[in-house]
Amino acid sequence: MPTKTHVTTTINGEQIDFLCEPRQSLLECLRDVIGLTGTKEGCNDGNCGACTVNMDGRIVTSCLVLGVEAEGANIETIEGVADGSNLHPLQLAFLENAALQCGICTPGFIVSSKALLEQNPNPTEHEIRFWLANNLCRCTGYDKIVRAVQDAAKRMQEA
Amino acid sequence: MKWIDYENAKTVDEAVKILSQSGGKARPMAGGTDLIVQLRVKDPRVDADVVVNVKDIPELNELSYSADKGLTIGAAVPCHEIYNDANVIAHYPALIDSASLIGGTQIQGRASLGGNLCNAAPSGDSIPNLVAHNGVATLAGPNGTREVAVEDVCTGPRQTCIGKDEILVSINLPNPGDGFGANYIRFIPRNEMDIAVVGAGVSVNIAGGKFTAAKVSLASVAPTPISVPDAISALVGESVGDGPIQKAANAAKEAAKPISDMRGTAEYRKHLCEVLTRRALNTAVERAQGGK
Ligand SMILES: Cc1cc2nc3c(=O)[nH]c(=O)nc-3n(C[C@H](O)[C@H](O)[C@H](O)COP(=O)(O)OP(=O)(O)OC[C@H]3O[C@@H](n4cnc5c(N)ncnc54)[C@H](O)[C@@H]3O)c2cc1C
Ligand code: FES
Ligand code: FES
Repeated sequence: MPTKTHVTTTINGEQIDFLCEPRQSLLECLRDVIGLTGTKEGCNDGNCGACTVNMDGRIVTSCLVLGVEAEGANIETIEGVADGSNLHPLQLAFLENAALQCGICTPGFIVSSKALLEQNPNPTEHEIRFWLANNLCRCTGYDKIVRAVQDAAKRMQEA
Repeated sequence: MKWIDYENAKTVDEAVKILSQSGGKARPMAGGTDLIVQLRVKDPRVDADVVVNVKDIPELNELSYSADKGLTIGAAVPCHEIYNDANVIAHYPALIDSASLIGGTQIQGRASLGGNLCNAAPSGDSIPNLVAHNGVATLAGPNGTREVAVEDVCTGPRQTCIGKDEILVSINLPNPGDGFGANYIRFIPRNEMDIAVVGAGVSVNIAGGKFTAAKVSLASVAPTPISVPDAISALVGESVGDGPIQKAANAAKEAAKPISDMRGTAEYRKHLCEVLTRRALNTAVERAQGGK
């Protein structure tokens, strides 16, 4: 009989234990098993970036990671971006620059942009667009997203 | 996705043992950026009951360089480690052409050149580049290891000479020597995140104003990435200049046997072979002459 696998992992700084089938993606585990529904499902094949999480310091599409691969990993999701009730500069910048409409792509864009600003605090527009090529948005036309990331970079440097 | 079992192999021997004991129903997984999608859509060519993670095997994570051995790229090393590696940047800068255009940032965090090669897509963006760098694949199986030139690995769409009980351990790129330059370019309708309509990977060695060696390899124009021997013979021994480069580009166009599909007609693809081969050779010559 197929059995579930026990996985121990760290999500947003907290140790989490969960049970999953080896065929379940990390995205399914986050949303359906652990109940962290901030990470979104768009295409389920790696193209749209809605499911982006940070895994051991690099961003990945969680639909293309197996839940069992989270064993021992350090994962950050959109739920870990704000500091309590204080929004992250990226979240503020997205809100204030109207960098979202329907919002389904937003968690992925914020997790991706955060990783960019951590390694490149002052990216050019080209670098931002290149870095975010794996995140798709059907609503905004991207310009406002790029401006929000530039604005967040400025806020973070001034902070 | 149907039920799969998951094994996390820690050594080459363990991975080979799991593969040999599973009667052909186990598949190695590196970044999973091809494999997980294929299992999810039930691609009949990629049936598996067991997925064997090979990312935790030390040899498959090696990325090392020495002047006599050249560059050893462990089969599971993800693209982003390749383009951030000081030795790659210093000695194999053209490898970055491919590593930085496979998918986007998220895909590059997981996708390996080894997986790109083993997946054997006609459009695999690293394969012509590895061929241009004279890459040699090291395979491990129940009877030990063997070496195969990268250009001989792919035998058909999604088919390779790698046995079901074998794994790719690493790809070696010999020291290219002085006067070497390479380049990989592809044509896609978008700026990023697309499948090559045609890709061209080339390299040249230049000494005393003449081509002393060359490689020309194309993606997306045949069931597997192909090498173009006539393009090589159009270059080797000739003085560096537009004449031989144009002849090589024409040979690439002749050698291509593309299909027509939604991404381009056969005629369009043949035209692209000429253009891309010429442009890639010009860049490779510049790099050879400019040092990098
Ligand atoms: C959104 C998206 C964009 C993409 N863009 C591109 C692109 O621009 N260009 C491109 O070429 N590809 C692209 N790909 C395809 C894919 O990312 C690449 O082919 C990648 O290099 C595969 O590497 P991997 O480590 O993820 O392989 P995996 O998925 O782990 O494996 C691929 C295949 O190789 C086999 N395999 C893996 N490792 C070994 C081993 N050590 N020994 C034997 N067999 C092995 C697996 O069983 C499987 O059949 C894209 C994929 C996605 C999802
Ligand atoms: S849902 Fe994972 S990339 Fe679209
Ligand atoms: S805001 Fe709707 S997809 Fe981006």
